[in-house]
Amino acid sequence: MSRRRWLAALDALLSHGVLIAIGLLFFLPFYWLVATALKPDAQVFAMPPVWVPHPPQWRNFPRALTYVPFGLYTINTLRICALNVLGTVLACSLVAYSLAKVRWKGREWVFWSMLATMILPGQVTMVPTFTIFRSLHWIGTILPLVVPPFFGNAFSIFLLRQFFMTIPDELSDAARIDGCSDLGIYTRLILPLSKPALATVGLFAFIGSWNDFLGPLLYLNDERSYTLSIGLQRFVSQHGAEWSMLSAASAVMTVPIIIIFFLAQRTFIQGITLTGIKG
Amino acid sequence: MKERSSHLLTSSPPHLHPYRRRASRNAQLTGLAFAAPWIVGFIVFFAYPVIASAYYSLCSFDAIRPPRFIGFENYRRMFTEDDLFWKSLWNTLYMVVAGLPVGLAASLGIALLLNRKVKGMTVYRTIYYLPSITPVVATSILWLWLLNPEMGLINIALGKMHLMQPGWLTDPAWAKAALILMGLWGAGGGMVIYLAALQDVPESLTEAAALDGAGKLQQFRHVTLPMLSPVILFNLIMGLIGSFQYFTQAYVMTSGGPQDSTMFYALHLFNRAFLDFRMGYASAMAWVLFLVTLVCALLVFKTSARWVYYAGEGR
Repeated sequence: MSRRRWLAALDALLSHGVLIAIGLLFFLPFYWLVATALKPDAQVFAMPPVWVPHPPQWRNFPRALTYVPFGLYTINTLRICALNVLGTVLACSLVAYSLAKVRWKGREWVFWSMLATMILPGQVTMVPTFTIFRSLHWIGTILPLVVPPFFGNAFSIFLLRQFFMTIPDELSDAARIDGCSDLGIYTRLILPLSKPALATVGLFAFIGSWNDFLGPLLYLNDERSYTLSIGLQRFVSQHGAEWSMLSAASAVMTVPIIIIFFLAQRTFIQGITLTGIKG
Repeated sequence: MKERSSHLLTSSPPHLHPYRRRASRNAQLTGLAFAAPWIVGFIVFFAYPVIASAYYSLCSFDAIRPPRFIGFENYRRMFTEDDLFWKSLWNTLYMVVAGLPVGLAASLGIALLLNRKVKGMTVYRTIYYLPSITPVVATSILWLWLLNPEMGLINIALGKMHLMQPGWLTDPAWAKAALILMGLWGAGGGMVIYLAALQDVPESLTEAAALDGAGKLQQFRHVTLPMLSPVILFNLIMGLIGSFQYFTQAYVMTSGGPQDSTMFYALHLFNRAFLDFRMGYASAMAWVLFLVTLVCALLVFKTSARWVYYAGEGR
């Protein structure tokens, strides 16, 4: 018995050892990012490398953030993110309701169309989509980035449909018998019951548009409308060697995502299990 | 319509008949109304662009003057005159054939590691997962710095261990390997999917195998791996689609260099469309990309019957 306990302890110790060793490899780049951001210029290129910046140059952050208008970029990004979240949650929940709770001809057709949009590379539709927005005179505005979400996307619709399916039909049927319209069932029954799934979809939409690079690259040509991702990329091409400033700016772009992850960890995990990808 | 309602009549309890009958007539309208955003979006942002793109691919089109029909000229040029097309296709296939399996294996390995029952697991899982949601542009900048041949942390570490210090992104022979290495840092994204599936593998199965005298390795090979195979297929297909469209990292970090060693297909396509405004040519390239992706995905699906095990299918 005690030998077995010893073995278990040894096993746990070994597990922790391996987990910590590989975990350090995953964590180190983050540490190095923040450390570089806080270094005085001389320590950035010092050999052997300086592990703890002394004294930490906190002013690198305001310096990086004012050198390039990152404050403005953050506001621009947040505005696009907010509209993306709103559009995605609204449109996808409506369509998912239609797929999960209404029996109508054409549901299968919608399904196939969703699959098609997932399989075809975005490059195929890239040029015509660009010309559509150009003929609408939307290039240089945020509209090409925030209007399409209001038409839903296949992934989020699918995720919400999966969740709506788990709400028993008896509930909506009972509401119908009590004279409730479909719009009423959707707003007063399905949506309140689906808060976790809606949060997941909203979260993915937020992170997706926060991290989006190709969209802003294609459609934002005015420096004042840049998002963080495109602003940061332009910053690299102009100041390739100023690593402490680059690191500070990258850290500023990363930190909100990490904070959101910690606040919404459960929502994340839920989303992953909800997509029903487990076969 | 008739068929649908009669089906509903037979399958629903008798007292619901009058209501169901009315509902099925309205259902068509309701369903359409709720699905309208998708249907409109599908037509405007997908169906029309797909058709237009197919037409543009047969045209000379600079996005200013109207497209001029030139038949299969774009495709002919692509296959016979554009060396960069072949180079970028080769580079992209390199990422698919070399990078993707390494990434999939890393994700699976980490998932197995994180599936153990030890204290503080949520902390470990968080650390392994975070890199995969870090903004790509930020990741790219960070790794430009880490991979710096002289000052980068990676080569400093290799130097300490008296190992070879490659030029990474400055060396055509190492640039793709550098990007694959960077990709491994994001392996946590695929890991979560494996982890979710691993937690669904019934312990009774591995225990039964253990009782039959199977060692840890045999349990993994003959129980865990088959149970995971549908998820491996899922990750493989998604990874395939993603790898063929590899773009942002190369755009930010190397712009395709050195010596076009990281000129990937999607980057070449983007440059032709928005640098040279050869929109017709870019559209033709996009269709070839689609066909190549499709053929690879179909090949994977074809072989998957042999290695993917679906529980409950019985075989």
